[in-house]
Amino acid sequence: MKIGYYPGCTLKTKAKNLEISTIEAMKKLDVEMVELDRWNCCGAVYSLADDDLVHLLAPVRDLIRARDAGLTPLMTLCSMCYNTLARANLLMRNDEVKREAINNFMEEEENYQGEVEVVHLLNFLRDSIGWDKVKAAVENPLDGIKLAPYYGCTLTRPLDVSVDHNTYHNVFGDMMKALGGEVVDFQEAETCCGSYQVISNPDAAEKTTVRIIESALKAGADALVLSCPLCDYNLGKKQADLMASREGIQPLPVVYMSQLMALAFGVPAEMAHFELNPPLTREFLEARGLLARV
Amino acid sequence: MPSTITKRSIDMDFIEKVGTISGEAFKTCMQCGTCSTVCPMQESTEVTPRKIIHLAQWGIFSTVMSVNMAWMCASCHTCAVRCPRGIDIPKVVEAIRLLTLRKNKNFVEPFEIVKEQIEEMPQAAMVSTFRKHTA
Repeated sequence: MKIGYYPGCTLKTKAKNLEISTIEAMKKLDVEMVELDRWNCCGAVYSLADDDLVHLLAPVRDLIRARDAGLTPLMTLCSMCYNTLARANLLMRNDEVKREAINNFMEEEENYQGEVEVVHLLNFLRDSIGWDKVKAAVENPLDGIKLAPYYGCTLTRPLDVSVDHNTYHNVFGDMMKALGGEVVDFQEAETCCGSYQVISNPDAAEKTTVRIIESALKAGADALVLSCPLCDYNLGKKQADLMASREGIQPLPVVYMSQLMALAFGVPAEMAHFELNPPLTREFLEARGLLARV
Repeated sequence: MPSTITKRSIDMDFIEKVGTISGEAFKTCMQCGTCSTVCPMQESTEVTPRKIIHLAQWGIFSTVMSVNMAWMCASCHTCAVRCPRGIDIPKVVEAIRLLTLRKNKNFVEPFEIVKEQIEEMPQAAMVSTFRKHTA
């Protein structure tokens, strides 16, 4: 089986561990990820201004290329890319006036009407592969590891692009269960990590990351599982700064969902590129014997 | 913070601009405050989302533009999915930000971001910051 793949800017640089671990894990499910040729940055955030169409051109151009290459569904790994592409796609499907304006502006390309289906790894696994098949591919179950799936903002909001339309979101937890892990629900699983405020208002971002980390630890989590490189930066890589500046903060390893999937599927650990995670992640996985098993 | 509302304090042009840029009927807000209870930035904002909407409804331009609410919003949409009136509050807040940014005024100066941070940050952090906080 082949699936269209949109990487986005961060997966080719700071989050290669998210990309490469997914590609390798998907091979174990007989899924080949076909990367969109000549993709450009999606813009990272969806334009919220009603009179601003110019910022929709980047994601729409990606979607046009995906359609022309027959890459539908188009899968993303980064939550921010998922949100931006999925929202732009819905607008092109549902807003006749804006669709016409954008199509007229991009006159070189053939008109686009939202023909591509944008999916995230999580709903692709659930809807196109199925948890039974994921379970069947597990060679090293994540036995006894308490995993806290962290959704953040962009996987589930706004509701029309949510990867899970249940009132109680469980797609992320279901993936962890399929890999043999124990799922820990925690209160702040969908609280924003501060996102880009880490640059503009770092103190404000820090307050929300502390709340998320403390909530997951209180619920008994061994590790926080992520799908977004910006969440990884705020909740993982910035943890060392938190420890240095605040008393009483306990460390919490963070890991991408795909890295756990790769380990569970028996992909060699070096293909999950843990050197790009905070050192704590590797120490935790080594202590749990997860790196030694493969 | 108390605000005095007089006929002269109501800036109709501001109300209209926020409505046009956001595309949201924010006058339908009934001030229930659900948005304020769920905002992850509430510890850091000078006024709550409920209050910023109220100030915008009454066209109190100077207060809306002087408090940090619009710049602290991370557009996480926690408020939007819970608003019983169906108002997309992040869109209203984006409109307020744009009233400054469209005058070519940056909230963040890209060249002031230190080299070490640029080297360690994911690209998505920079792209989203520049989109949200620069002209």
